[in-house]
Amino acid sequence: MVPEPDVPWVTVVHNDPVNLMSYVTYVFQSYFGYSKDKAHRLMLDVHHKGRAIVSSGSREEMERDVQAMHGYGLWATLQQER
Amino acid sequence: MSGRFEPLPGGGAALALDEVEISILRSLAMQLAELIGPGDQPEGPSDPLDALFAEGPSKPPADPALARLFPDAYMAPDAELGVDEEKEARAASAEFRRFTENDLRARKRDDALAMVRDLDALSSAGLSRDPAVLELEPQKARQWLGALNDLRLAIGTRLEVTDDEDGGELLGLPDSDPRKPMVMAYFWLGGLQETLVETLLS
Repeated sequence: MVPEPDVPWVTVVHNDPVNLMSYVTYVFQSYFGYSKDKAHRLMLDVHHKGRAIVSSGSREEMERDVQAMHGYGLWATLQQER
Repeated sequence: MSGRFEPLPGGGAALALDEVEISILRSLAMQLAELIGPGDQPEGPSDPLDALFAEGPSKPPADPALARLFPDAYMAPDAELGVDEEKEARAASAEFRRFTENDLRARKRDDALAMVRDLDALSSAGLSRDPAVLELEPQKARQWLGALNDLRLAIGTRLEVTDDEDGGELLGLPDSDPRKPMVMAYFWLGGLQETLVETLLS
């Protein structure tokens, strides 16, 4: 994998069997400031597809988001978008 | 056992707890704080300045519950990585962990201990009333929400809740099963967390 500076990084939240659907929605609303609808849609993607991209930006920004998600107890990783 | 948070006028949340519930919740929060601990500390005398600049661990915790609370930041569970990519992802995860895990541990531990203190304050103040009513202002409510979630993650990992169907299976365990008390606690905490989220979103 050759790092390509122009390709944005993304924060991915993964499904897990413990986190409540309402809590995941709440986290997306309160941390990212997403609307109820958008937060709900992302939560459903996590739940049904196993993962959802919840934010994108620089590597530093995504590290901050991943750290915040871990703080909330969500299972998140970052990667460069391919 | 009401097991429900109710919204307070002007924000925040209230929960009625009897003596037994207070003691169960306190004991679970205490166990969580002990599980999280300060993490791997370097040996030798501790200097506050050293502690401030100390680097955290680079390897994921061996305990599965802790590994779930502090996951690898660059290792997506569904990624199919080549040998070199995996090596790179591991190195980046280790780097991330060195700079974030200690802070994260401290915060999660603080949240669990705040819960213990709130429960202690409740039992010393509310002995005449049973159940006592815990009242959390909004900021406290968010702290409790985080601690309740961490507790459920830790217990869920111990109970090996591995997919969305496991909940039902666990509920059906016979009373003689040694996991039963933990299962009951897990679902009770789920109800508390669910109703606390509702009050925060209302």
